[in-house]
Amino acid sequence: MDSMNFDLATTPLRDLNRFLHQDAIAQGIKQVTVLHPDGAHNIAVGLNAPVTVDIEGHAGYYAAGMLKHGEVTIHGNAGTGVAENMMSGKVHVKGFASVSAGASAHGGLLVVDGDTSLRCGISLKGGDIVVGGSVGSFSGFMAQAGRMVICGNAGDALGDSLYEAVIYVRGTIKSLGADARLEEMTESDYQAVGELLVAAGYSYDPHEFKRVASAKSLYHWNADANQEY
Amino acid sequence: MCGIVGLLVKTPALRARLGEMLVPMMIGMTERGPDSAGLAVFSAPLANGHKYSLYSGTASFDWEGLAQQLFTHLRMPAQCEGHGNHAVLITELAPAAVRQWLKENFPALHVLSCGRAIDLYKDIGTPSEVAQRYNFGSLQGSHAVGHTRMATESAVTPDRAHPFTAGEDFCLVHNGSLSNPYGLRRKLETEGIHFETDNDTEAACRFLEWRMREGDELETAIQKGFEELDGFYTFLIGTENKLALVRDPFACKPAVVAETDDYVAIASEFRSLAHLPDVKNAHIYEPNPEEMYVWTA
Repeated sequence: MDSMNFDLATTPLRDLNRFLHQDAIAQGIKQVTVLHPDGAHNIAVGLNAPVTVDIEGHAGYYAAGMLKHGEVTIHGNAGTGVAENMMSGKVHVKGFASVSAGASAHGGLLVVDGDTSLRCGISLKGGDIVVGGSVGSFSGFMAQAGRMVICGNAGDALGDSLYEAVIYVRGTIKSLGADARLEEMTESDYQAVGELLVAAGYSYDPHEFKRVASAKSLYHWNADANQEY
Repeated sequence: MCGIVGLLVKTPALRARLGEMLVPMMIGMTERGPDSAGLAVFSAPLANGHKYSLYSGTASFDWEGLAQQLFTHLRMPAQCEGHGNHAVLITELAPAAVRQWLKENFPALHVLSCGRAIDLYKDIGTPSEVAQRYNFGSLQGSHAVGHTRMATESAVTPDRAHPFTAGEDFCLVHNGSLSNPYGLRRKLETEGIHFETDNDTEAACRFLEWRMREGDELETAIQKGFEELDGFYTFLIGTENKLALVRDPFACKPAVVAETDDYVAIASEFRSLAHLPDVKNAHIYEPNPEEMYVWTA
């Protein structure tokens, strides 16, 4: 036996998370199915092993937060902060994701098939995010490193105060945030978008995407700017 | 933090089950709001007169005596059905006269709501305790607005629990915190509007009800609310025949909607909707910031 089921209607969430943290590897379990998640918070947080977790329903806040090595699929919607601070591995949300999806992720890949709410990829630190639908306002806010591929549209203030992260958008951008600007796509951009689309399971043409990156005018204090950016 | 829940049943047969469906939704929001809870229920409006939800604070009160005294003083029949510290008073007297009479004769009583369709209950305690105290499970009606409170902006007292009401058949619950309630309050007070608490939500409630009394439709009042109200909010608003949901422009506070052919259910989080009938086939979505969602009962 290399897989196991946890029914959260009858099993406390802590039992599941303790199992994922401590016992899964020792018992050689490679796949865990979570039944009746019913919007519970913190499902599969801190998973630090190459275990595949399938959440059969809607997850609450911080699902798969701090993920390392594992692969978590949410067969439903995700609440606030899905895959926040992910280090490596992959999180796939089949439905939509609420605010702050992939916030501060250092590595790994977050795929959201539906839309995400506001602040997707806020303070991204090296992770990759692919959104099949559209993202809400302030997505990529202060993102420091990593890549975001948005197959739908972006809301207001996309990439506000960006550092070195790069955002690729296929649809429309309602508005760019301070210091974010559209740039020419290069061959390496097409290649990066192509690889991320393949990893996420989408077949869009990378040539449909635009590149948004930092103009870097906020990198140094400019007294003459008179606080207007 | 706080939890909000709302339910509007589209199928008339479900009206008998409104309270039963709503109680688990409220209890599901206990972690978001463990200190107080409240519920406003809208049912078929009275043909004549108005009803008042009254709260005495103490465990028992002579509600029968209150109705008799009202008849003796004002020569107008009144019914007053009480359970412990809560009662529903029904009379054909004008609301202003009833409020005045209650204020003069029973200054300690709190008028929780007034209208033709609304009944309101709120108190301190966990959602489960409050639901049990007032038998929320048995309540019937077309739509309801509920709240579980974790106080941030004012003290934990029954009158500062939500829903807040103003005027007739109007109530509002709030998850969030307003940053300009005192400015609004000063503005409304010059219009002769009286406040009962120092709670920020009361300012939003009285602002919207004032706009509607001035002739605005609910939707227009809400639009003006977007311009006037500053801060974080998810509001759920109930009127005699409508349920409305709005979120601030930054979507700082959550909300999830589940809609089927039979009902529209709203909660701060999905975990309060997970046990509703047929929720697997419901259309589930998060309302967009600064957009109005209005359903008619």
